[in-house]
Amino acid sequence: MTQMNVLLENKKMNFIPYFFKGRKVKNGLFLSAVIFFSLITISMVLLIIGTMIFKGYHQINFAFFTQTPPNTFEAMMAKSSGKLIPGGIANGITGSLYMVALASVIAIPFGVLIGIYLYENRKKRYAGIIRDITDVLQGVPSIVIGLIVYLWVVVHITNGYSIFAGSVALSIMMLPLIVRSTEESLKMIPDSLKEAAIALGTPYYKVVWRVLIPTSFTGLMTGILLAISRILGETAPLMLTALGNPAINWNIVKPGAAVPLLIWQFYNDPNMVDLIWSSTLFLMGFVLILNLLAKWIAARRKF
Amino acid sequence: MNAKKEMVNPSVIQETRNMTVSQNIPETINMTEPSIISIENLSIAYDKDKLAVKDVTATLKKNAITAIMGPSGCGKTTLLRAINRMHELYPNISTTGEIKLFDESIYDMSTIQLRRKIGMVFQRPNPFPTMSIYDNVIAGYKLNGIHLKRSDRDEIVETSLKDVTLWDEVKNSLHKKGNFLSGGQQQRLCIARALAFKPDVILLDEPTSALDPIATAKIEDLLIDLKENYTIVLVTHNMSQAARISDNSMYMYLGELIEYDSTTNIFTNPKNNSTQNYITGRFG
Repeated sequence: MTQMNVLLENKKMNFIPYFFKGRKVKNGLFLSAVIFFSLITISMVLLIIGTMIFKGYHQINFAFFTQTPPNTFEAMMAKSSGKLIPGGIANGITGSLYMVALASVIAIPFGVLIGIYLYENRKKRYAGIIRDITDVLQGVPSIVIGLIVYLWVVVHITNGYSIFAGSVALSIMMLPLIVRSTEESLKMIPDSLKEAAIALGTPYYKVVWRVLIPTSFTGLMTGILLAISRILGETAPLMLTALGNPAINWNIVKPGAAVPLLIWQFYNDPNMVDLIWSSTLFLMGFVLILNLLAKWIAARRKF
Repeated sequence: MNAKKEMVNPSVIQETRNMTVSQNIPETINMTEPSIISIENLSIAYDKDKLAVKDVTATLKKNAITAIMGPSGCGKTTLLRAINRMHELYPNISTTGEIKLFDESIYDMSTIQLRRKIGMVFQRPNPFPTMSIYDNVIAGYKLNGIHLKRSDRDEIVETSLKDVTLWDEVKNSLHKKGNFLSGGQQQRLCIARALAFKPDVILLDEPTSALDPIATAKIEDLLIDLKENYTIVLVTHNMSQAARISDNSMYMYLGELIEYDSTTNIFTNPKNNSTQNYITGRFG
């Protein structure tokens, strides 16, 4: 018996240092791989933002937010005399905000109500079908949504490219995001809170309206902000629906501009290249702010 | 098994009530005291063939603390939640039998009427996180759209919070959200929320299981004080808690009401072997 113990002891003595060595090497390798790849990812983001700031900052001035873009000739004259390109992207900014606001007005009530339905009827077959369809909708390529909205709205409702058609396309893109985020944030509410309200004799619609929605409000807001920042950069569906407009337009049935559409237009015009960078910088900054806002709100949630 | 038969024993009455446990004199539930809730042949099933509560018949006494005890999964919480029809929230639960409050079937009342008369406090403190302490107390009125004058509201909040001895601790922060309260304070706030409706009965589902001993002692003292004006039904897995504060006790096992008697009797002279095994700590 004692011999056996001694043998085991010796084996351990030989075994442990070897074993630890292997572990440490593996750990070091893995750690350096993780650091290496995460650094690459971070530097990508930093490079993108840096390039945009470096190339775009000098075009950002007061006129950039208040004026519409110049025509090719004006831009060419300004460039050849070494001045900044005059004008700005006011039509794109107003058009984007207009369409995003309209899309939100359409998508948020639908999305939140469907989300509540899915949360309340988790196990019903119909709810399962809706959930699957929502997932499919999220996977539909944005150009396909643009085409469909072109067929439905542009051709049959507004009889031409319009801000309304653009908003409908964007709202379809927002819908699945809002539905799922609503459902997920409602799921995080403990059942006991719902039961507390029920035990006070509260009718069910009031439980939803006065307890569930206020409690999950931060979650809902986060989802909505992320959905908005997602559709702000959408270009493809807008090409087929809102088309673009050189002037500021508030008429809902007429074509409207959007920042990503303008970027595409500037890209196609060699004289306007400088405006691309300032427009991207603006778009990126806006989306970044929305994302940070969403993160800030999410960090404040109570549970 | 049949609790009613054992309960009826009018010869042993009030005088024995205050005698200490060591004297070991049997005492049964006093049938001359008015009763408030009568449960008749109540069965509750979560699945079709699996009964969680089997054919329970019992009468709960007014202004008494009735403790329901038993091992986990014996149906005590299920029984409690049937009394204010919480099971209707979950369509897969089926209930048969009858529960009467003051001789009126609870199934004939509207849920708002019923739940105004029978308040409930849950295992974990669950104040509404989006409401202030003040709004939490009068949440029942707010959520039901009952409008009160400002002076009435203030009075309800003050008396309810005083009843649960929370008033002095929160009177300067009534309009703040209750996040900073301790677990015990939150649970007392939840009791105040139930009291604000001036119910006849308060159901408590293991109200102290998430609390430390000091907070537990406070709530137990509170329940003894509240007994004067309210009828209290308490589910507990803590036998010593039942022994400390309850007047009558039910012992449930596997969905059946095995024994229902005065607490003194249950703890000193249990009639059923299963009860005896449970209270002596042999299982459960």
